[in-house]
Amino acid sequence: MKKIAGKSIRGMVNILLILIFFVPFYWMALTAIKTLGQTLQSPPVFWVSNPQFENFISAFHAIDFMHYLKNSVITTIGVLAAQLITIVPAAYAFARYDFKGKGVLFGMVLATTMIPAQLVFLPVFLILSKLHLINTYWSLILPQATSAFGIFMLRQSFMQVPKELIEAARLDKAGELKIMFRIMLPMCRSTVATLALLSFIGCWNDYFWAKVLTTSDAVRTLPVGITALRNVDGGVANHIVMAGNLIMLVPILVAFVIAQKQILKAFAYTGVK
Amino acid sequence: MEIAEKAVFTGMERPRFKLKSRMKAKADPGTGAKVWQKTLPYCMVLPAMLIFGVFVIYPVFYMVYVSFFDWNMIADMEFIGIENYIDMFTDKDFWLVLGNTFQFMLMMVPASIILSLLIALYLKKNTRINRWIQNIMFMPNIVSLVSISFIWMWMMDENRGLFNYVLSLFNISPVNWLGDPDVAMFSLVLVNIWKSLGYYVLIIVAALQGIPGYLYEAAALDKSKPITTFFKITLPMLSPTLFFLVLTGIIGSFKTFESVSLMTAGGPADSTNTLVYELYQQGFVYYNTGYASAMGVVLMVLVGAMTLVYFTVLQKKVHYQ
Repeated sequence: MKKIAGKSIRGMVNILLILIFFVPFYWMALTAIKTLGQTLQSPPVFWVSNPQFENFISAFHAIDFMHYLKNSVITTIGVLAAQLITIVPAAYAFARYDFKGKGVLFGMVLATTMIPAQLVFLPVFLILSKLHLINTYWSLILPQATSAFGIFMLRQSFMQVPKELIEAARLDKAGELKIMFRIMLPMCRSTVATLALLSFIGCWNDYFWAKVLTTSDAVRTLPVGITALRNVDGGVANHIVMAGNLIMLVPILVAFVIAQKQILKAFAYTGVK
Repeated sequence: MEIAEKAVFTGMERPRFKLKSRMKAKADPGTGAKVWQKTLPYCMVLPAMLIFGVFVIYPVFYMVYVSFFDWNMIADMEFIGIENYIDMFTDKDFWLVLGNTFQFMLMMVPASIILSLLIALYLKKNTRINRWIQNIMFMPNIVSLVSISFIWMWMMDENRGLFNYVLSLFNISPVNWLGDPDVAMFSLVLVNIWKSLGYYVLIIVAALQGIPGYLYEAAALDKSKPITTFFKITLPMLSPTLFFLVLTGIIGSFKTFESVSLMTAGGPADSTNTLVYELYQQGFVYYNTGYASAMGVVLMVLVGAMTLVYFTVLQKKVHYQ
């Protein structure tokens, strides 16, 4: 008897938790396929039999969606490429070489994790505007072009590659660059993939940098551009707003479904100190 | 390569300072390959250090420097000493904003820590349904704060929102979630807790599963009550993790920008205006660049103090053995 009661309480808590975290997304998706009339209906309807898929097309046309999408893609790819170029060699050097000032430099890398973007965005804007880079893709890529967390994680994983392997490669007269990209990187590919996923999610979703470092629509990305949807039709077109946000969500959702384990692991890493 | 070789060559010809000659002796000069190996690590860390230098470290000093000037980004900078700071500390709006920031933090951090601890204890067993719930709870963490803000604004809509409809089922009169100065901050905290809870639970569950089983077996042998086991074993073993979450939670609260900017724009009547949002307004809307920099310095001191507390305590206290 007691067992059954315990089980049903557990079942109820489970359902409650799932509802709390799932309903907002359901509500978003449902609203995105409602008609304007249905969104205004009271009491609200919890199911629609005639999904309005043209809402997505309306969202595309209500703002210059393709323009923001293009900016998002360019910025995200740019940041990922830049991070690859900056993080891999730095992590390798910190893991595999002894050089003067290594401790100080690595300490500096770790110290930067204590300085969030929200602290330095004003001077960063001033620096970028002095360099005449505001409203260019560089302004969005450069401040995110490296990651202390990435260097730290990749260094850890480089340090776990057996030394013998590198020595064997050196005996075979493999150059350092070849060792780094042909031997070390493939051996650490799961860390690299995890870091890339984290960067992708962070960059695709980023609103802060794209908001504070742009003064025109030229390079504004989707998260900033999409906020204009709320002014459509005098601000009542919630179905269009939700449709637009849903489109923005698709790449992230695909990534989450494919690599949900890696993503959770990656976020769990951030809590390991 | 060529440049490196040249450097060695000239290095050999000219007399050097003590330190440098010592380095050279170690380097075993003569072949370019050796020097290349010496400089290679520096070349490898250079791109990353350059980015950190220009976009993280230098801006901090630059911000402190600008905070002593009267400037609107266009006209000439005028040195005014600590006037920006005096203006700020005598401005009651600044204290309001600072108070709001702390209010946000004091609601956000304890609530999310306690809730996530309870849920993590509930979900700690590694079963399929528990993993599923964790995954669903984690979803808000990978979704843009823009989308989350819009979803919640829509659910919190005064007339057509889901929340007020649910309240109406219980005969509760509609709440103006984001338009009422007494409620708006609470609503923002709610959204932010909802967003970050899955992350907190993920971290705590991982820590719970990392507690060695023999400790619990020993407790069971001693016939320890569950509540005693919790306070004597689980909580002390979790303390480093919880401490990490509290500190990052506090710093995270200081940094809040997106939900404020999108959901309330600091309103109504400045009731949700927080430090970073006010800094943004001062810097990018009113062009009080010097004044905004001074606010940035205050923010930096707050974040820095928290970081200092974290590392000091981490080194001394939070040990379980």
